[in-house]
Amino acid sequence: MSERLPILRIGGNLLVSIQADLDDQTVMNLQEDLAEHVVRHGARGVIIDITAAEIVDSFVGRMLSTIASISRLLDAETVVVGMRPAVAITLVELGLSLGGVRTALNLEQGLAILAERSSAGPAAR
Amino acid sequence: MTSRREELAQGWIEVVSSTLARRVSRTELDQELHELYGAILEALRRGGVDAAGEHYAEVRALLNEISRNRARQGFSPAETAIGVFALKRGLEPLLDEGSAEDVAAYLALARLTDDLGMFTVDAYAATREQIISAQAEELLELSTPVVKLWDGIIGVPLVGTLDSARTQVVMEKLLQALVDTGSAHAIIDITGVPAVDTEVAQHLLKTVVAARLMGAECIVSGIRPQIAQTIVALGIEFGDIVTKATLADALRHALRRSPGALGGAGSAA
Repeated sequence: MSERLPILRIGGNLLVSIQADLDDQTVMNLQEDLAEHVVRHGARGVIIDITAAEIVDSFVGRMLSTIASISRLLDAETVVVGMRPAVAITLVELGLSLGGVRTALNLEQGLAILAERSSAGPAAR
Repeated sequence: MTSRREELAQGWIEVVSSTLARRVSRTELDQELHELYGAILEALRRGGVDAAGEHYAEVRALLNEISRNRARQGFSPAETAIGVFALKRGLEPLLDEGSAEDVAAYLALARLTDDLGMFTVDAYAATREQIISAQAEELLELSTPVVKLWDGIIGVPLVGTLDSARTQVVMEKLLQALVDTGSAHAIIDITGVPAVDTEVAQHLLKTVVAARLMGAECIVSGIRPQIAQTIVALGIEFGDIVTKATLADALRHALRRSPGALGGAGSAA
């Protein structure tokens, strides 16, 4: 039984807060929903908060990269925030580096990255 | 044996104390051995000379305690075991005047003493083992401090050889510190690392990548000239990881990269 994650809007950015461990279907749904939301709201940034996630497997890791690539096509930067140390170590051991995804320690710093980018203008990308 | 208790115990203590001369106080030894003697007598009376039997539970507990103390105080295994074996020597004088029965009893007792002696050595070794592993753990903790250098900048001075186990500890501590302090920059200083080979470099790279996944930038500093030569000679690629010769350079770089960090103290940097 997979669910759809709520996508919140903060200013020109979208926020997805992941509160439980992810299954594959949920992430697939998230990818679809996010693409739609980015277009609908003309979002410039997407923040995915994985503070609560204790397990990020290789599939989810790859999907995060894919989501970032899709968002970039739609001119939105993706920032993954709040990754736990254990998760980071696991991803490194798996040999995943989340290419193309920006990361930040917490939501605040993630928003700061997006704010910096939007103030610098799209040309700075 | 019961009847000549004092005499025997005295002889025993004499032998033991001459071996352990001056390293354990006489009174302490006296008390320890009397207690042990009493326990052995009690066990003998209740039956059997089987050192592994249930009658000897108390004797074993006492021996365990004594061996443990000896191991902690840095005695050698021989010095520990002599405490038990000396009991035999204390009994020898009795043989001269004894009958065949006494000799048989002595032999049985000798076997028992041997068993108890072996047990002592075992207990001694086990305690030493514990001490060593506790020290190794402590060393691991001591050798990997994570210090806060500035608002939003933490430093990890690495001292000593890096192996997989240590890297794991360093990585976990560093990443946890990043979360706890919300620091976006970490400086790994390898001034104290004696040599960098491909394995060590691999470990460093893993740490840096993990930190990056969490949204923090790592700077590697303290690379000595010889080490820089080795790294290049080995063909190790540090990629886009920022490396600096000294910790000061690394700190300056980190401060420049985090404009908010200076705050009111801008002139101080």
